[in-house]
Amino acid sequence: MAEYEIPDTLRFSEQDEWARVEGERVVIGVTDYAQQQLGDIVFVELPEVGAELQMGDPFGVIESVKAVSDLFAPVTGTVLEINEALAEQPEAINEDCYGAGFLLTLQPADPQQTEHLLDAAAYRAHIQKRA
Amino acid sequence: MARAKPKLSALQRTALYDLHLERGARMAPFAGFEMPIQYTSIKREHNAVRETAGLFDVSHMGQIHFAGPRAVATLERLLSCPVATLAPGRVRYGLLCNEAGGVVDDVTVYRVEEERWFLCVNAANIEKDWRWCARHSEAGVELLDRSAQTALLALQGPGAEAALAKHLEAELDDLQRFRFISTRFKGLELLVSRTGYTGADGFELYCAPDAAAPLWRALEAEGALPCGLGARDTLRIEAALPLYGQELDEQRTPLEAGLERFVKLEAGGFIGVDALREQAARGPAQRLAGFELRTRGVARAGYAIARDGQALGVVSSGAPSPTLGKSIGLGYVPPALTAPGAHFDVLVRGRPLGARVVRTPFVRSPARRASRNRRGRV
Repeated sequence: MAEYEIPDTLRFSEQDEWARVEGERVVIGVTDYAQQQLGDIVFVELPEVGAELQMGDPFGVIESVKAVSDLFAPVTGTVLEINEALAEQPEAINEDCYGAGFLLTLQPADPQQTEHLLDAAAYRAHIQKRA
Repeated sequence: MARAKPKLSALQRTALYDLHLERGARMAPFAGFEMPIQYTSIKREHNAVRETAGLFDVSHMGQIHFAGPRAVATLERLLSCPVATLAPGRVRYGLLCNEAGGVVDDVTVYRVEEERWFLCVNAANIEKDWRWCARHSEAGVELLDRSAQTALLALQGPGAEAALAKHLEAELDDLQRFRFISTRFKGLELLVSRTGYTGADGFELYCAPDAAAPLWRALEAEGALPCGLGARDTLRIEAALPLYGQELDEQRTPLEAGLERFVKLEAGGFIGVDALREQAARGPAQRLAGFELRTRGVARAGYAIARDGQALGVVSSGAPSPTLGKSIGLGYVPPALTAPGAHFDVLVRGRPLGARVVRTPFVRSPARRASRNRRGRV
């Protein structure tokens, strides 16, 4: 069984995105489990700044050598910033999915919504259930 | 991301299944087998084949053996390529075609002895090929499906010869491309064929299933990197080698796929030749072209090819090329659009991405250095 990094400080969606509250913003990315499953990431398609994301809806696409996958919004909100560096270096998601490989930051519609996502223990259990 | 795992229980396993798990391979269903897709990273495994040596388990592939004095006539009838002129110890690529010229399978044919042959066939087509060969075999030809009794490893890359030579009883520098020998490796019997599916120099090693693991471990110890089917796919796309089910199927002919050099159109009496002659005279409506994307993105199988908003073709395979650092693909388009420099769009999730037709193979392997043998050895 592969080892996955699942930081205690983050919240997670069942679709393998993570969310980190930073003041009034929420930073979003894909989890270590997701990047390991995808393998070498070669392309990321992200929404524009100002786009409205709806929790659970697809907002972008992530492509590895082998596969294309949708990205699903873990919370509802407005895009404040996208990680422009991923256009040139999508492999940053493989190398540092919780840091330099983040996807975007959001202004959440409801700051409490993040609280309803899975915590690290629940997300770990979610992964194991699928294994 | 969230996607249900396909059920693996009904799948066949190769003799190397446990060894793949020990190495942390990601396993997935492929052509009815549970196969390693990657061990660490497709890019890393791909680059090992281009730079040093990579080792693949391709035991899922099938082997159908033919024997007897009428085997040669049967194979001439079954295969698009010349067969009678193949000398023992040589292997050739060819196609099994149906009466309409469509491709039943693409195979390699080995002449083991004067009257003993085998076909190496795609895993997904073993049963279909078996029925096809049995139906078209002349009386007295002995047919044997040895797929389950045969393991197959592919050792590919510029370092393949050195990795294999160390424990091999035979000399390899005499062995030219598309030739094979029966020999021993650390006492294990194997057939060493200088062939592959990566565009690199290398070997395909046929052995008994219980010899596969010791052979694998010995080659790993010589520095060959375990590689999965993910890298096998990106490598064969760079080499513009067709994959059955993507570039080839029963509706596509070898002429559409650009494989006319493996088709004996003039002399041959093989199944499908009449339809192919007719198509050659008329010219196929679509032909396979190699293209590169001019922007970021990945062209994947099934995406539409269009020009001026009008759909006119389809992508059969595509991948980001680790060697070239750009996105490449193969697709069927009208013949007028197959010339290098021609332009069209690939519709990626409905958005047109510009593509340019280029020469194939996308990546050429450096010529193997001249055999040392030429300098004179007794």
